[in-house]
Amino acid sequence: MRAPLFLLLGCIGLYASEALGGVVEKQPLNMEAISMFLTFVVATLGITYWAAKRTRNTKDFYTAGGGITGFQNGMAIAGDYMSAASFLGISALVYTKGYDGLIYSIGFLVGWPIILFLIAEPLRNLGKYTFADVASYRLKQLPIRTLAAFGSIATVILYLIAQMVGAGKLIQLLFGLEYEVAVILVGVLMVLYVTFGGMLATTWVQIIKAFLLLSGATFMAIAVMAQYNFNFETLFAKAIEIKGSKIMAPGALISDPVSALSLGIALMFGTAGLPHILMRFFTVRDAKEARKSVFYATGFIGYFYILTFIIGFGAIVMVYGNPLYLDMAKQAIDGGSPILGGDNMAAIHLSHAVGGDWFLGFISAVAFATILAVVSGLTLAGASAISHDIYTSVICDGHSDGKKEMKVSKIATIVLGALAIYLGITFEDQNIAFMVGLAFAIAASANFPILFLSMFWSRLTTRGALIGGILGLSTAIFLVILGPTVWVDVLGNVDPVFPYKYPALFSVSMAFVSIWFFSITDKSERAVREHDAFEAQFIRSQTGIGAEGANEH
Amino acid sequence: MMKQEIFDRIKNDPNYALLVQKRSRFGWQLSFIMLFIYFGFVLLIAFNPTFLAQPLCPKSVVTVGIPLGLGVIISAFVLTGIYVWRANREFDELTQKIKTNAKEVA
Repeated sequence: MRAPLFLLLGCIGLYASEALGGVVEKQPLNMEAISMFLTFVVATLGITYWAAKRTRNTKDFYTAGGGITGFQNGMAIAGDYMSAASFLGISALVYTKGYDGLIYSIGFLVGWPIILFLIAEPLRNLGKYTFADVASYRLKQLPIRTLAAFGSIATVILYLIAQMVGAGKLIQLLFGLEYEVAVILVGVLMVLYVTFGGMLATTWVQIIKAFLLLSGATFMAIAVMAQYNFNFETLFAKAIEIKGSKIMAPGALISDPVSALSLGIALMFGTAGLPHILMRFFTVRDAKEARKSVFYATGFIGYFYILTFIIGFGAIVMVYGNPLYLDMAKQAIDGGSPILGGDNMAAIHLSHAVGGDWFLGFISAVAFATILAVVSGLTLAGASAISHDIYTSVICDGHSDGKKEMKVSKIATIVLGALAIYLGITFEDQNIAFMVGLAFAIAASANFPILFLSMFWSRLTTRGALIGGILGLSTAIFLVILGPTVWVDVLGNVDPVFPYKYPALFSVSMAFVSIWFFSITDKSERAVREHDAFEAQFIRSQTGIGAEGANEH
Repeated sequence: MMKQEIFDRIKNDPNYALLVQKRSRFGWQLSFIMLFIYFGFVLLIAFNPTFLAQPLCPKSVVTVGIPLGLGVIISAFVLTGIYVWRANREFDELTQKIKTNAKEVA
């Protein structure tokens, strides 16, 4: 069994899967970690209770009443983004490949400035609860809402499966719990947070976790640097002694220009098309707070990636070859210096090396908390696509009262939770490394082009958005299936039909070109009306006049 | 939906044209800078990895790639800071003016 581990947890599954692997062995019960994790669960359930009393209507449920500040939202966005995969996966990638880990993490950061410069403010000014609000603002509700909701739900479910499988394996490793128990625990807690506490509880769980993760990672990086008198030259020199000078330069991650561009496009535009990230922009009061959120989020995420780079090098000098963390059984078979639990455990072992059992327990608990927070955000985004977009806007044609819509979203949350548990258990031993890559490809090729063009291109029509969105979506899915990650790794064929791992360059181009073509050739009466409606939409997107929750005095 | 009067008033307000023009130009400029930095970095890796692999100083183990990579991260943060700094001052002020003018009609 080739069990792809923690990378599955978050954003980076597909792209760095070569760095991860190893079979999970259940570990003895880790009491320090469990007690710290229980503290986190009790505290967050307390927050959920507090939030539940403040969650009365749909606005509270979807957007925490729109009262989150820019700083808080920036922290929560960073929390959504810094999954256990980013933390364990990127530090593992630095640990095994050195510089390639840094290249990889940079790709995840650079989408944020673009989101700020072009998307964040108009998105806040036009939307209410979901990004489909914006995409369908002047287009025909039924087809565009359905397509956007489908894009959201597909992204959320693919992400959720990856998170659940990763969560089960991580918890099995860190806490010594059974896989099924771990998956059910995560599923139940996330349903509790979301159904009772809505966006308010989800946001605060995310903020607390982001704070814990940043503090823990900061401590680790400082502890590593302190050993080398805060001199990078000596740290790197020692690491080169162990792993050779290749770790200081680009390796095999980016080998040809097409893959390079395609990966870059997937990461950039995919980030700007993730429903749980876009939803966060509606939790702040106005465009100004939305703008500030991205500034803080970019700072936190960039800082975090610099820390993971130091942590990866710290693991090279303090964990690699250390008999304490050596997997002797595996060494006897494969040779080399494999570490217990696989390369993804590099950061976890480093936490023990610099801080002993208690700090190991702390970092393990933070890793678990991270998963919980990320799946909660995903579930809320999925539930709102079902209740707000499908139920209220498509099925009821916009005529639903808030109470009913809330009820539907709570039922949707429970169904998504049950589905996540079921799929998490079903996919335990499957190779699912492609799933997060597929989620990013769908977000970049279907969600993002429609959202972006609906805000900036007056000629966009329902026909163009619908046909182009479907073509972008299907191109992304087909190219992932025919590419190396599914065709070869999952289906066992020798050569891929489509040679590149990352389809985004082709599927995103397909979406933009076909949206353009089917819009300009649309001569219907409806297309004329949609064009005429652009100006009013643009005024609102630019000034915020008429925006949801804006102060009109 | 917006009242027609307010809508027309905003449309004809020179501040509105100024806001749209200034902000979109600034947003696109900064976006191109970010895209240029990132894709420049990525294409450098694809086409000329040995450039990044050379030592920064003759006797150093730190390669040129390290400060360049960290530089990309820092540039992303700095660029967002520059945008927010200008938007908080100039763009919000213009928006406020547009809102005040629009209200006089209502």
